[in-house]
Amino acid sequence: MNHLPQAWGRPRDDVYGPYDGSYLQNDGPNQHSQSPIVTGTSVLALKFKDGVVIAADNLASYGSLARFTDVKRLRKFAETSVVGFGGDVSDMQYLDRLLNSLDIEEAYGSTGHTLNAQNLHTYLAKVLYKRRSNFNPLWNQLLVAGLDGEGKPFLASADLLGTTFSSPSLATGFGAHLAQPLLRKVAPDEETASKLSLEQAVEAVKASMKVLFYRDARSIDKYSIAVVTKEGIDLKQDEKLENQSWAFAEQIRGYGTQVN
Amino acid sequence: MTMFSQNPLMNGPNYSFSQTPTMASGANKEHSFYPYTDNGGSTLAISGNDFMIMAGDTRSTSGYNINTRYSPKVFKIGGTTSSQDDATLVLSVVGFAADGHALKEKLDAIVKMYRYQHGKPMSVKACAQRLSTILYGKRFFPYYVTAILGGLDEDGKGAVYSYDPVGSYEREQCRAAGAAASLIMPFLDNQVNFKNQYIPGSGEGHALVERAKDPLPLVVVEALVKDAFDSAVERHIEVGDGLSMMLITKNGIEEKFLPLKKD
Repeated sequence: MNHLPQAWGRPRDDVYGPYDGSYLQNDGPNQHSQSPIVTGTSVLALKFKDGVVIAADNLASYGSLARFTDVKRLRKFAETSVVGFGGDVSDMQYLDRLLNSLDIEEAYGSTGHTLNAQNLHTYLAKVLYKRRSNFNPLWNQLLVAGLDGEGKPFLASADLLGTTFSSPSLATGFGAHLAQPLLRKVAPDEETASKLSLEQAVEAVKASMKVLFYRDARSIDKYSIAVVTKEGIDLKQDEKLENQSWAFAEQIRGYGTQVN
Repeated sequence: MTMFSQNPLMNGPNYSFSQTPTMASGANKEHSFYPYTDNGGSTLAISGNDFMIMAGDTRSTSGYNINTRYSPKVFKIGGTTSSQDDATLVLSVVGFAADGHALKEKLDAIVKMYRYQHGKPMSVKACAQRLSTILYGKRFFPYYVTAILGGLDEDGKGAVYSYDPVGSYEREQCRAAGAAASLIMPFLDNQVNFKNQYIPGSGEGHALVERAKDPLPLVVVEALVKDAFDSAVERHIEVGDGLSMMLITKNGIEEKFLPLKKD
């Protein structure tokens, strides 16, 4: 053991050469995030007759390492809306704190909470757009689910560039490729979505989560799912993918036990 | 490439020592964050004698993905209510949708303030100059959009003003912008400005007489807009889903929506 505490936890000079502390200096330009570090994968959401279903798995990856396997990526806001986060987890946690303070501030008003999912989406989109305009982006793609000012189902996306859009079904990341086609088959337009039952919507989202687990290498079989209606939010954070069938894997060369 | 380099230093978790920064401190690091994206889509505006039509498809894309099939890029500007019922101007923005949205919100706020302070709606001419100033104000970090402003001028004639992302602008008879501009504009040159149209048998070579440049009636213009978009949808993957049209006459703004092919 080295007797100088200053050297503890540092690479040994005799093995690794002198320690390069140049990056510890804090003169020079401000450093902004140039890429995400710990990341969450897809978020899925689908509108139905009287609300929105939203889901995301509970994994936070560090590159290809499945680093944190119990990270909840759906967040309630004011018991009226749910935000689903894809992308950088530390930026998600920053936005979580920001929304907590917004929640408290809003609750002080004499009329109580007046922010609906649409207002919340506008707020988050403006935060993201401002940050990208300062070249200091929050590396996320968000889905905001809830009800709009008229009490109709609301679902919209906002990303690190401040781009926003709304659709009967939305999926971020890998889900945009794998899940969105499945969800669009169930709800091709607003009219069809407004006739979907809760059961149909939940079933479609769960089926999509399963397909994502089969094919997205940065996913896990534990997930969170929330249903937002005017009755409130039903958020379940410890769901496990059920009825998996890996029979298809046997048919794929190089995937199973065959040699050639 | 970027999808495999999500970690700060090289690809994935690794020993830290081979990766200690070797760059001299103080050297400028190139930013790898690019603040723009292209959301595709196309817009089109044509003016007539006493009307103008502004149209845009409603598809929003990112790469080969369709974000949504309904994201309009044509907006009413400067009404006194949130429904914009009494607006007199229309703006279309195509390019980077987030900048387009920010630009629209900004112009709308300015035109509304003008209306409150002066007790009358802003003229297209004044609004056109103001929009140019807004765009040029971000000359060194531009709004990455092609804007078109439409309305009726002081004489009640249809007015179309088209812009580049940094505020160069010009009043025109018609303009196509966005992803399929290169497909639509030549069609408009021929069908609206009658380019390369000559009166048959009027002469040989330079003696040929050009077709007279008479303004088109509304029904013809509306048919041209539909044809232009139906054709663009066939040949451009970023255009489709729906067509949102605004028709401005002395009676106000009429909104129309038509489906386009969703493939």
